[in-house]
Amino acid sequence: MTRIRPLDHLILILGCLFMLAPVAVAIMTSTHTAADIHVNGLSLAPGGHGIETYQTVLTKRGGFTGQVTGATMAMNSLILGLGFAIGKIVLSMLAAYALVYFRFRFATAMFWVIFTTLLLPLEVRIMPSYQVMSELHLLNTYTGLILPLLASATGTFYFRQFFKAVPDELLEAARIDGAGPVKFFIDILLPLSKTMMAAIFIIMFVYGWNQYLWPMLMTTEERFFTLMRGIKQILQVWVGSQIPDYNQAFALAVLALLPPVLVVVVFQRWFIKGLTESDK
Amino acid sequence: MASITLTNVSKTYSGAAAPSVAEIDLTVADGEFIVLVGPSGCGKSTLLRMVAGLEEITGGEVRIADRLVNRVDPADRDIAMVFQNYALYPHMTVRENMAYGLKNRKTPKAEIAARVAEAARMLELSPYLDRKPRALSGGQRQRVAMGRAVVRQPAAFLFDEPLSNLDAKLRVSMRGEIRRLQRRLGTTSLYVTHDQLEAMTLADRLVVLNAGRIEQVGAPLEIYHHPASTFVASFIGAPAMNLLDGQSDAAGLYIGGHRVAHPERPLSGPVTIGLRAEDLVPAAEGLPFRTDFVEELGAQRLVHGHVDGQPLVVAMDPAASLAAELRLAIAPDRVHVFRTDTGRRIETAPASARTALVPA
Repeated sequence: MTRIRPLDHLILILGCLFMLAPVAVAIMTSTHTAADIHVNGLSLAPGGHGIETYQTVLTKRGGFTGQVTGATMAMNSLILGLGFAIGKIVLSMLAAYALVYFRFRFATAMFWVIFTTLLLPLEVRIMPSYQVMSELHLLNTYTGLILPLLASATGTFYFRQFFKAVPDELLEAARIDGAGPVKFFIDILLPLSKTMMAAIFIIMFVYGWNQYLWPMLMTTEERFFTLMRGIKQILQVWVGSQIPDYNQAFALAVLALLPPVLVVVVFQRWFIKGLTESDK
Repeated sequence: MASITLTNVSKTYSGAAAPSVAEIDLTVADGEFIVLVGPSGCGKSTLLRMVAGLEEITGGEVRIADRLVNRVDPADRDIAMVFQNYALYPHMTVRENMAYGLKNRKTPKAEIAARVAEAARMLELSPYLDRKPRALSGGQRQRVAMGRAVVRQPAAFLFDEPLSNLDAKLRVSMRGEIRRLQRRLGTTSLYVTHDQLEAMTLADRLVVLNAGRIEQVGAPLEIYHHPASTFVASFIGAPAMNLLDGQSDAAGLYIGGHRVAHPERPLSGPVTIGLRAEDLVPAAEGLPFRTDFVEELGAQRLVHGHVDGQPLVVAMDPAASLAAELRLAIAPDRVHVFRTDTGRRIETAPASARTALVPA
């Protein structure tokens, strides 16, 4: 299959353009001034104010308290994304390990209970979750931001399926080799799950990074603002004759795009490498 | 080095009405190579896994080196196991695979290195020590699995159909290697297989299992020449022993009206008569045999046909001439007699004659 088919490529190119055009527009538009954008709308040509816009966005202290910079918000988003991804992987791996390898009553029933929560989005339980966090005095803390969302049915489900596919003989060989439950998990299962962990990390990091509703409820102090809230904040200044800082909103959106892209690019390589090389 | 003693061992899975393995009594002497053989589902793997500690023992006692191990963890039973699919840790190199069990037992590093190097040399794995299992061929993986058992220097080796994933040619050479290795190390071994040829060639003693029970225990040739039942007779030996419906009375044994033997101990009524294909020879007088077709094996030819409407296989010299109708004769002491109802062997000759027949 080395023959190049023009039609296939045409479709691929169109697909790429379709996906990339909005991103390109966002990048280009962010290099114009706010007034320019207000007058001329979106643009595909680069303007001359790129560097200063990004500098402003990253360092200018804004917000109600005048304390938040773009860098702070990016940091918050990063903490949220990483905390989410790592926490979810740890928790769901342990849960799946218990479900697959330990015989206890109602294990299957318990799995299905976990599994059905997949059907319930965060929004359904957002009030009780908020109340619990509030009563634990965890509002306006990173713990409160991350902890309630760590339990992951998706992650547990994927890891369960993965562990089930690991041949029993491997466990038996490890048992004869003198590995207890903890050793087996760390020495055998963890290294085998690398690819799965990479996959879940991609999904969960992006999910955490993009959280909007939950951080908005949980945190009222501006030092906990994430990039997602920052973008919204910039556009909320329709007072008098002031033009919103479109350019800054675009710049922030572009910045918000970078870490997930980086994560996907880095982990995808591991992911594919693992998929093609691993044989259990 | 150790003996393994099984006393009245049985296994009933929860919810199952009948036991999967029942009433197993077996003593494996120190350094002995015992092969458990039987058709799939006969409980041979279950039995092995009970010795390994991977399967709970629901009745009886298992002793390794005179120590009761019924409730002992697999790791503490001082055994090593070789699995059918090798069960190598895919993310570890050959060296790490072999060293893992020793590392977990807090063996000093220098000793681990020495033992791994020794095992690798013995199994010709030295050039591959830093490779991962996926970069090895099937035979090499099998050798790594054996190396992992060898470095542990256990009281006993347990083999669970270790050769069934290999191609035929490799299987034969690995079979030789396993035998040579076991002789050299003198480690007590339990080996499970469904391949009767593998069983015959490897074993000091064979244990033939059927439906969870021991059918017969004995040296390969003893079992071959004196199968205790029609099951053993048809399972051990290729081609399988011919089993024909016959009659007996005070004067002798008959197949379709033709007398094939006159046992010293008179019998009466219907019996099952067992005839090995290679014991039958063409003769001027004897059983009338109608030829159907011929399988050429090179060294011999198997002639399929009928005697008295019952199928029969005869092994013949390829040089011998064939005819549509043959007469077959058999030495009377090569005729096996079984009860038709239970399939158990009926001894027709006194014990003295029997021992003379078995080349020790």
